[in-house]
Amino acid sequence: MSSRVTPSSRNSSLRGIAAATVVALIVVACGSDDDSATTESTGIPTADSVTLVTYDSFPEADTSLNDALDSFTADTGIDVEILSAGDTGTMLAKASLTAGNPEGDVMWGIDNTLLSRAIADDVFEPYIAGPIADGSVEIAPEFLDLVPNGEATPVDYGDVCVNYDIEWYAERGLDPPSSFADLVDPAYAGQLVVQNPATSSPGLVFLLATIHEYGVEGWQNYWSQLGANGVEVVDSWTQAYYERFTWAGGGPTPMVVSYGSSPPAEVIFADPPRDDAPTGVIEDTCFRQVEFAGVLRGTDAPDAARQLVDFLVSDEFQRELPLNLFVYPTNQAVDLPQQFVDFAVVPDTPRSLDPAVIDAERSTWIDEWTELVLG
Amino acid sequence: MNDHPGLDLEGVTVSFGQLRVLDDTSISVGASEVVALLGPSGSGKSTLLRVAAGIITPDAGRVLVHGVDVTARPTHLRGVGMVFQDNQLFPHLSVIENVAFGPKMAGVARSERTERATRWLRRVGLPGFDDRRVTDLSGGEAKRVALARTLAAEPAVVLLDEPLTGLDRELHDRLADELATILRDTHVTALLVTHDRDEATTIADRTVQLADL
Amino acid sequence: MNRLPRWLLVALAIGPVTGLAIFYAWPFVTLLAEAVTATAITDTLSRRSTWEIVWFTVWQAVVSTVATIVVGLAPAYVLARFDFRGRTVLVGLLTAMFVLPTVVMGAAFLALLPDSIDRTVWAVIGAHVVFNLAVVVRVVGSLWEHLPTDMEAAAATLGASRWKVATQISMPLVRPAVTAAATIVFLFTFTSYGVIRILGAPGTRTIEVEVWRRATQLGDVGGAAVLALLQLAALVAIVSWSTVAQRRHARAIGLLATSARRRPRTSGEYRFVALIAGAALLVVAAPLAALVLRSFSTPTGWSTTAWTDLGESEIRPGIRLGIDPVEAVVNSLTNAAWATAFAVIVGALASLAIVAAGRAGRALDGGLMLPLATSAVTIGFGMLITFDTAPFDWRASWWLVPVGHALIAVPFVVRTCVGVLRSVDPALVGAAETLGASPVRAWRATVVPYLWRPLAVGAALAASISLGEFGATSFLSRSGGETMPIAIEQLLGRTGSVLQAQGFVLATLLAAATVVLVVIVERLQSPLAGRAGR
Repeated sequence: MSSRVTPSSRNSSLRGIAAATVVALIVVACGSDDDSATTESTGIPTADSVTLVTYDSFPEADTSLNDALDSFTADTGIDVEILSAGDTGTMLAKASLTAGNPEGDVMWGIDNTLLSRAIADDVFEPYIAGPIADGSVEIAPEFLDLVPNGEATPVDYGDVCVNYDIEWYAERGLDPPSSFADLVDPAYAGQLVVQNPATSSPGLVFLLATIHEYGVEGWQNYWSQLGANGVEVVDSWTQAYYERFTWAGGGPTPMVVSYGSSPPAEVIFADPPRDDAPTGVIEDTCFRQVEFAGVLRGTDAPDAARQLVDFLVSDEFQRELPLNLFVYPTNQAVDLPQQFVDFAVVPDTPRSLDPAVIDAERSTWIDEWTELVLG
Repeated sequence: MNDHPGLDLEGVTVSFGQLRVLDDTSISVGASEVVALLGPSGSGKSTLLRVAAGIITPDAGRVLVHGVDVTARPTHLRGVGMVFQDNQLFPHLSVIENVAFGPKMAGVARSERTERATRWLRRVGLPGFDDRRVTDLSGGEAKRVALARTLAAEPAVVLLDEPLTGLDRELHDRLADELATILRDTHVTALLVTHDRDEATTIADRTVQLADL
Repeated sequence: MNRLPRWLLVALAIGPVTGLAIFYAWPFVTLLAEAVTATAITDTLSRRSTWEIVWFTVWQAVVSTVATIVVGLAPAYVLARFDFRGRTVLVGLLTAMFVLPTVVMGAAFLALLPDSIDRTVWAVIGAHVVFNLAVVVRVVGSLWEHLPTDMEAAAATLGASRWKVATQISMPLVRPAVTAAATIVFLFTFTSYGVIRILGAPGTRTIEVEVWRRATQLGDVGGAAVLALLQLAALVAIVSWSTVAQRRHARAIGLLATSARRRPRTSGEYRFVALIAGAALLVVAAPLAALVLRSFSTPTGWSTTAWTDLGESEIRPGIRLGIDPVEAVVNSLTNAAWATAFAVIVGALASLAIVAAGRAGRALDGGLMLPLATSAVTIGFGMLITFDTAPFDWRASWWLVPVGHALIAVPFVVRTCVGVLRSVDPALVGAAETLGASPVRAWRATVVPYLWRPLAVGAALAASISLGEFGATSFLSRSGGETMPIAIEQLLGRTGSVLQAQGFVLATLLAAATVVLVVIVERLQSPLAGRAGR
């Protein structure tokens, strides 16, 4: 049996392959340690690079926002790497799981509905931005009140509202919906795409808007009706807006949960150029959202991180927010661009809920929503 | 065409690849006759039995049971029973279920086939063995069950493949006598193959050498 | 071989034992600690959705198992009993489907089925059936192949038609193998994760998927831990029951030493074989073909864009998907290389120790098999919540994901090596010693050289496991370090976009890599099979 077969010379070629592989591995491993953004936190401190963790609709390159970051680099010598982590809900979940050993140094995009969870999970290192502390940048007290101990820094705000495709409704001779009640009307069946509140902050904000409208006891019934009326659910705003929405994504659904400031974006990026907004906003559905940035706890470049946060509220950076992220800057000194003034929709009385209530009920509400809508 | 009852094999030729195992072999067994086919191991006598049973398809030749040409018929329609050398009892059935299997396939009602099986078990000397598991049987007991099972199906012809080979001397002799008695009492037409001349003379009416065919 | 000095045995075993203790036992204990808190238990068990999810997991596993058995019996019979041209190819194809990564199978079915059936339970069950067909064919087939054909002939002489023989004799006789296959299939479909995540509608959740969702999306670590342990308890119960049941029903059948396969003889048999083999071929080849085809389908029609522009994940100027498909390929290859290295080293040491150490070796063997019994999600989850505080904060380490993969791959390496090592004639060692070699030297010269080839097989297995691993990696990978399976899952979710086509491209690449590795394994193993005296 075994005495007939001896380890043949084939083994020596196997051994050669094994040896070569090991050498290659060592080379690759050593190489990857130096320039990969994620290994910032493996303990190779470099004071000239910070990683900005943000949601997936934050542009990584080629916009004036990125140019502003480049000038930051030119001034301070600190490189900014952008790490895209999905929509805000996903981003926060990962941050919570990696709290203390974060995937980056600064996080941009946690909003008022998720802030309490970020604080509870010890995601941020409290820091009051220099310009705010010394008064050179003025931010409305209503925003600063949300972070009394400097847990994070308010950087932008806006309203999450249902947007609709004006031309789509005009073509069919339909009046576009104008209220929550319209969304469950069979005439508008299958025309709305929303985001999963567990993974997406506009998704969560929209859920809160329905809770604000129908109350803590009544929103479940409303969502059952929405489900029966063919509402579509996706994981992120990017997916909903740029893939499923008829106007911006060429998809099948003419209504999408987006921002009151999305119509100006459509005017700016219109090709051929136009001077009217192709999308409209259902004001009744708007809910106020404030976004924050903060230093991630456990970063090994805290000084550079703080410098970046300081820059993020500066005039130079905040000026680029409206036309790139389609949000309002919290820095009161910044003037809004004309298209924004002309086409953005700001409701007279935006809805909002008490942050303490949101904090207490959020996970229950998300659980209930999941059971109700996703089954 | 029942003018020639019994089993006839005519001109059977079987080759496995290049090896010719049976060449134009013919044998006849008369009604109620027990014939023993003698030959050394590997001479093709088991093959001849399997051709008769329909387990092996011959390259040439015919098989007739009670004068009817069954060469083209599948095994289960030939009316030919076979006792295998290693018994081939069904391990998932009890002794009585094994013996009642043939009648069951023939559509006999449950109570009747149980009664028939019980009778056959008594006939082969195993009264009360009904609910035993076949895996618990001794060599001699298993052989008797195999015999009862084949006979309970009341086949037209019974084939026996080296029925007593491998049993120890004392058991062998005792069973040989019993087998001879049972076959005679039931008037079956039987063809048995063996390499033991004494066994052949004890059990069979007539002995034939394979080499002579 | 027990005459080896103790220090050598300890030296061999210390690595594997330590690794097992740190990376498997410790996370398991952490998981237990997280779960066994009053709030976690009461909250989770009182939630209605928990029981709905448990019910769904059981229900879909039962249906999948029954369907797989029903679909697989005829091909098992045909492949076990008949020799025909293309038989080995078909068996190889079935095996390849079995080792295919779950995300690839999900992607293949997504490509195959029309949109109306996509993301329904039936798509999931269909994928489960195709995946596990190989289990039925090999487990039931291997018994069927060695069943004495004379028993069927005996039944025929008693008047049983072909159909009666099949139902009254053959089926009851293969029942132990059918039960064994059914148990395996049930375990795999019960812990189904990748298929559900890709093919299931957003609300379709098995316990595995819910563990992941609770932990990574809702931050409910305690609740997720309770679910993970609930599943583990269910698995242990099922395996124990099945072991006991099998032992009770075990009966001695005289199996043939050689295979009972033969060529089809009658035209009826030819047609039957052709029909069943053809159907089986269609069932396994169609999903793969659909997968490759779909990688060329973009929203603007048929083109090779997805292939040529792989890595172009731009949605709008400056806005990207966040996962770079090309980077994912590099990450997967790197992880696989390291995971293979770890698995091979640990596996080699462990195999030598197991074979040399007798009873203690058996304990080590059993211990190393534990990660197989624990689902990948549970392993990844446990590691994530264990290694998160200094000085053991390894979440960002480049080696954590490969270690997780190696944990799952080591059992395969060990099984392959131990089998070969055990078949080495112990007289060889004795002979070497009589020639003057010390026990250690004799052992090293006569036993160790036999390790290389099974180790190569184990390496190929480890590589394919690592490339396709999805469950544990879902927890352990960091942004920017995503592997191919994770990228595939993300890309496939973007229905109606060219990104989805890129997902199919990645899935095709992964499928090709797996098939190549399987072929290597088969090539390396065939001389082994002959040598081990089977």
